[in-house]
Amino acid sequence: MSRPEAAQTHDAARQHPPHLSPTRVLDLDPLLDDPKTRIVVCCGSGGVGKTTTAAALGLRAAERGRKVVVLTIDPARRLAQSMGIDSLDNTPRRVKGVEGVGELHAMMLDMKRTFDEIVEAHADPERAAAILGNPFYQSLSAGFAGTQEYMAMEKLGQLRAKDEWDLIVVDTPPSRSALDFLDAPKRLGSFLDGKLIRVLLAPAKVGGRAGMKFLNVGMSMMTGALGKLLGGQLLKDVQTFVAAMDSMFGGFRTRADATYKLLQAPGTAFLVVAAPERDALREAAYFVERLAAEDMPLAGLVLNRVHGSGADRLSAERALAAAENLEEPRIVDQEGGKAGLRNSPDTYDSSESDASEAPAPDEGSPAVTDMERTAAKDEPQSVTPHLERSVDQLAASLLRLHAERMQLLSREQRTRDRFTALHPEVAVAEVAALPGDVHDLAGLRDIGNRLAANRPELPDPAVGA
Amino acid sequence: MSRLQVVSGKGGTGKTTVAAALALALATEGKRTLLVEVEGRQGIAQLFETEALPYEERKIAVAPGGGEVYALAIDPELALLDYLQMFYKMGGAGRALKKLGAIDFATTIAPGLRDVLLTGKACEAVRRKEKSGRFVYDYVVMDAPPTGRITRFLNVNDEVAGLARIGPIHNQAQAVMRVLKSAETAVHLVTLLEEMPVQETADGIAELRAARLPVGRIIVNMVRPEVLDGTDLELVRSVPRAAVAKSLSSAGLGGARRGGNAERLVDPLLAQADEYAERHALEHEQRAVLQELGLPVHELPLLAEGMDLAGLYELAGELREQGLS
Repeated sequence: MSRPEAAQTHDAARQHPPHLSPTRVLDLDPLLDDPKTRIVVCCGSGGVGKTTTAAALGLRAAERGRKVVVLTIDPARRLAQSMGIDSLDNTPRRVKGVEGVGELHAMMLDMKRTFDEIVEAHADPERAAAILGNPFYQSLSAGFAGTQEYMAMEKLGQLRAKDEWDLIVVDTPPSRSALDFLDAPKRLGSFLDGKLIRVLLAPAKVGGRAGMKFLNVGMSMMTGALGKLLGGQLLKDVQTFVAAMDSMFGGFRTRADATYKLLQAPGTAFLVVAAPERDALREAAYFVERLAAEDMPLAGLVLNRVHGSGADRLSAERALAAAENLEEPRIVDQEGGKAGLRNSPDTYDSSESDASEAPAPDEGSPAVTDMERTAAKDEPQSVTPHLERSVDQLAASLLRLHAERMQLLSREQRTRDRFTALHPEVAVAEVAALPGDVHDLAGLRDIGNRLAANRPELPDPAVGA
Repeated sequence: MSRLQVVSGKGGTGKTTVAAALALALATEGKRTLLVEVEGRQGIAQLFETEALPYEERKIAVAPGGGEVYALAIDPELALLDYLQMFYKMGGAGRALKKLGAIDFATTIAPGLRDVLLTGKACEAVRRKEKSGRFVYDYVVMDAPPTGRITRFLNVNDEVAGLARIGPIHNQAQAVMRVLKSAETAVHLVTLLEEMPVQETADGIAELRAARLPVGRIIVNMVRPEVLDGTDLELVRSVPRAAVAKSLSSAGLGGARRGGNAERLVDPLLAQADEYAERHALEHEQRAVLQELGLPVHELPLLAEGMDLAGLYELAGELREQGLS
């Protein structure tokens, strides 16, 4: 379908590049096409279109010939339906309707199921049953703080280990501090290695260990304190759980480490997703810093919902002034000639922007005269005074709408510039805003095209300035 | 009016802003409110343009009419130590637990303990009284986790009370649930007039109701002004391009002839109008969906200049006018 066109857009973008933009442009197609790219992780704060971006990238990669699986955490129902994965069974399902030779599979993470599977895979049946029936385990696995993050990473590790797919695109959980998914494996690891475990196992284990005797008093005090705090039954549940899980801990730790390393590997690319809003970009800056601190390979920033305008040479101020002109009929009627002579001859065009452009035929002639001529000769019957009035009103509304758009544009530009000033090294892919939500594969495909199109229909700052 | 006002909403809908505006609105006429942050993002400090908030209640704004807004960013770890000290005089044990990694465990890995602490702290502030018997805070407004997690967050104490069947945690959890499930609490959901946030709001309300948590109001945030009215939208479809060009030209925007500056504005301006019409229709549909949910719906305008402190006071005024305080 549109693949050859997309490629052309790219070449065009490369031939006339960055004077249009002070930032580096993130070219997503080469990233998706590169067989060495095995994992793409989409992270970002809530409400910025992270899951949609992950799904659109997955579809695009598949339609460009790769065998892709998209792991989503908590997709909006419509989005899940658009990929046909509204059944939550924790295994990848092939998405129908994908064009080309590639394949797209998609799955929704079932946290509890994933946790259960780990237990079943790593403990003998009797012990597994004990763990699965433990009340403490049941709460833990049903998705309290950290579990979702950990299970998402666990699932990623599993999918990667299967090696059935060329490319895994991962959506990340809407965590409170958004990078919890990075911390979860480490936290779990340090917890499992920690002294706390031994305290919890104290009644069973502590006595025999050499060199730890001096700790014993402290430990029994500690279990006493925990018992006091948690209530005896819960402490017992926790201890039973920890004891039952003990044999699996080594496995957990190894897997947590392996997943963490996987994220740092060269085949992994992180995409930070944001919208051109203050909070979302602040969060994005934080992500960029954290990823760098963890040696995680950042591919760039996907900036969703960026607005553009085909008439960006007309500033908000001028549009509003013109709208006021149209809404003050007396001024226009009575002083129309003078106002026209003073204002109309294309002032914004010649003074502000495209001086290079060849002058239009009517350039320089007073616009009111021009208008009168047109009205008199071209369509004398069709424009009645009444219609003219409502057309003026419409034009005024159009101008106000445009002014609003231009204000939005400059606000977005300012927010984006703040991010760019902080992180000039980060390549950015901007995605034009859509009026509505995505409901089907065609919608996802459209977003994919926008993602890869590099700054579609954005104002040209060199001219607009 | 409930004394604990919980504000949730899908990510990106501006729930922190709405919570802050609500705290300001409720603080009029000499009232004192506490604005509580539970997600550690320091969003409140940024909104009020102050430095990062420590784990301590401090005054951050004065409301019209002499009221005061206090703010508190709850740090779960400090809250736990605080809690151990306050209720069990276990300051020393707390430090020892911290060394062992138990505090880390309790606040990050242990099921829900973190949420227990956060909700517990908020409920404590609701119930706290001065020596005179007057409540310290007339209202507590919580900038809560997003819609997808709110029910589990608020209901965590139920779960914990079931897990820890005896002991102080059990008692504490039950005390918190008594506040959260009573008329003292109202959970508001912030949304935008877009499909996904509206769907999530509907789902969230169903979940809250199923858990018997008191649902308050729906607050539609960032509502765009109506720029084109019905007549305009009708006319956009039928208007001759030349007529628009002439009109723009008469407003001083250049030539109306083919290639003239006014004429070249017509297509992009009409395209923007089409987009507006499409969005307008979608917003209309979503508004209808929200009306079906059987809750009071309030709307807050999109601030053209973006969000700042002045804007926050504007939104607070808007909430007051709409009878939210």
